Amino acid sequence: MKRFSTATRVLSVAALTIMGAGLAGCGGGGGAGGSTAESATTAKGPIKIWYSNNEFEVKWGKAMVESWNAAHPDEKIDAQEIPAGKSSEEVIGAAITAGNAPCLVFNTAPVAVPQFQKQGGLVALDSFPDGAQYIKERTGDLADQYKSTDGKMYQLPWKSNPVVLYYNKDIFTQAGLDAENPKLGTQAEFVETARALVKSGATANAVWPSPASDFFQSWFDFYPFYAANSQGAPLLKDGKATFDSEEGKQVAAMFETLYQENLASKEVFQGDAFGEGKSAMSLAGPWAIAAYKDKINWGAVPVPGSEAQSDGSTFSDAKNVAMYSACENQGTAWEVMKFATSKEQDGKLLADTGQMPMRQDLPATYADYFATNPLYTQFAEQAGRTVEVPNVPNSVEIWQTFRTAYAKSVIFGNESVDAAFTGAAEKVNQLAAQK
Amino acid sequence: MSLRSADGGAASGQTAGETAGRAPERRPEARKRKNFLGRQPLGLLFSAPYVIYVLAVLAFPLGYAVYISFHDYFFTAPRVKVDRPFVGLDNYITVLTDPAVQRSFANIGVFLVINVPLTVGLSLVLANALNRVTKLRTFFRVSYYVPYVTASVAVVGVWLFLFQQNGLVNELLGPLAPNPSWLVNSWLAMPTVALYVTWKQLGFFILLYLAALQNIPDELYESASVDGGSKWVQFWNITVPGVRSASVLVTLLATITGANLFTEPYLLTGGGGPDGASTSPVFLMYQKGILQGNPDLAAALGVVLVIGVLLIALIQKRLVGGKED
Repeated sequence: MKRFSTATRVLSVAALTIMGAGLAGCGGGGGAGGSTAESATTAKGPIKIWYSNNEFEVKWGKAMVESWNAAHPDEKIDAQEIPAGKSSEEVIGAAITAGNAPCLVFNTAPVAVPQFQKQGGLVALDSFPDGAQYIKERTGDLADQYKSTDGKMYQLPWKSNPVVLYYNKDIFTQAGLDAENPKLGTQAEFVETARALVKSGATANAVWPSPASDFFQSWFDFYPFYAANSQGAPLLKDGKATFDSEEGKQVAAMFETLYQENLASKEVFQGDAFGEGKSAMSLAGPWAIAAYKDKINWGAVPVPGSEAQSDGSTFSDAKNVAMYSACENQGTAWEVMKFATSKEQDGKLLADTGQMPMRQDLPATYADYFATNPLYTQFAEQAGRTVEVPNVPNSVEIWQTFRTAYAKSVIFGNESVDAAFTGAAEKVNQLAAQK
Repeated sequence: MSLRSADGGAASGQTAGETAGRAPERRPEARKRKNFLGRQPLGLLFSAPYVIYVLAVLAFPLGYAVYISFHDYFFTAPRVKVDRPFVGLDNYITVLTDPAVQRSFANIGVFLVINVPLTVGLSLVLANALNRVTKLRTFFRVSYYVPYVTASVAVVGVWLFLFQQNGLVNELLGPLAPNPSWLVNSWLAMPTVALYVTWKQLGFFILLYLAALQNIPDELYESASVDGGSKWVQFWNITVPGVRSASVLVTLLATITGANLFTEPYLLTGGGGPDGASTSPVFLMYQKGILQGNPDLAAALGVVLVIGVLLIALIQKRLVGGKED
């Protein structure tokens, strides 16, 4: 039998000790340390913030920071783009665990908030004396969608990208369809138009939503249509799945038809199929106006419901501002939050990015902007009728469960929609009930 | 006077009597030190950087993953106090009874069955051919190596161009093209991914075989030739046994990298599509651990994967390596 030398044994013990110490260190225990919650929320001083790497938002962010820093030399903002990663949420989650998250992230996805909250990574904005009031006054009733299950507000509703149905006017004209008044008022008309487009040979794909299995892909195929079909029902209401319903199955059947009749591709497209002229229609928000400006002769209509309607809902595709618990100068961070979401800064955000600040009565607040930029008016009107992802525990897992069931039944036809949606709804209900 | 000079004096200038008189006092101490530090204490110093690297980057994370897999665990901000109770095998049971996990292991099985033999066979044959090429040798070697060093994200575009519904392969196949097409066909998606990975990594394995081929003495081929052995006989009886150690290495590396498959299905089939037909265990670990905040389940899955790969590697080493070691 091979014998270990004394050195090997000592090294092994040292390694185990190091591992043990590491495990203890990572155990999440330890005293609270640092300042109390009350003093943290009033502490003033320099802070760090992250914003999106979208070029338009970077432009806005830099100007906002410059403006704040000029007026607050003792409470300067150190700003940077969110570090690169597979997604912003992964990077932020890792930063929370490492304890080096910035004070504010101006691109916090609502779907990630329950997880960040569970990690102890967020500061409840209600802990500031004027926190709840500020949010309510700025955003109105829409803000209620962002309240967490403990009744607190861990995110400030910032900007939305109400999803609408874009269409390529040139392809419509080529297919002999009326490009100025397209028949896209109902879901039945949408399918008929899709058939006409492909049958004419003007395009191989009437629409090309990503068939990928990522949990968030349903926000850009099923969910906007479901919102339009259900007067703005979220995926879950009162902790129970709502999609296993007549409205949900109607939307599923519509997409099933599109895939079965090869009006939509089941393959992954590397890039933006609509932006590259590979499909005639697409679901996107107002951010796309700048992207399509010089590439596509586009038009846009509200996402159709099963019946024609003038006040249908859609998915908000919002990004919010959240304050992270690693922040030492939370008093300053809260002031920056209010400054960056003031009427003036929201106006600049709108002008620089075309995204809709989540303010009450947006069209009237920035009437001059919308008068000179009429393309954005329909998004401003739609912004008041948006549905968010439900703020419930296991949010990402819930969306993944739904996406898997949707892909299995609707896209690839390996199970009936009824069975898939019923099974998914049961699992989703269990996940939502967990802490 | 330093100890070193005293020792030096003892070794060089002292009388035998003096040495004999002092030696018994020092010997146990010196032996003790020698036993503790080994026969070459300097070796410990030289190996320390790698040992520390292995402990910090491999041993600690692995040990920590095992710890996580037995607890109800999620990542928290520092100073956040949460209970992380010991849950025994619960995470393992949850993971192993999950149909998506079971399917991912089946998928990776299909992948390995296609990828490993193909990698070993093709790289050996191509390395043998490249070893005999006299003209454009560097060009060919670089050509095979380029895909290996190119990022998957970049090369995937080429494969999508080839294997999509309206891609070049289906154009060439005409009516024989599969329906649904390669990457959205439940039966063909994983084999297509396996082909892609084989092609992409071939250059590296060819290099390993090329190195091994240099160690086979030419005299063996000359003797075989004199005895009338055909090229095939030479290949089968001299080359194949001559590169056995390389074959073991290629098999093990192909298995390990294959079992850790992530990027290729993520990019080629939209994250394991169609309907989970190309999902890999590592992709599920990413989903559960990073996206869904369940590192305990991801760790359990990772431990199962490590054990599985070790078992397969052990079997492969026995089968391919023969009595070599």
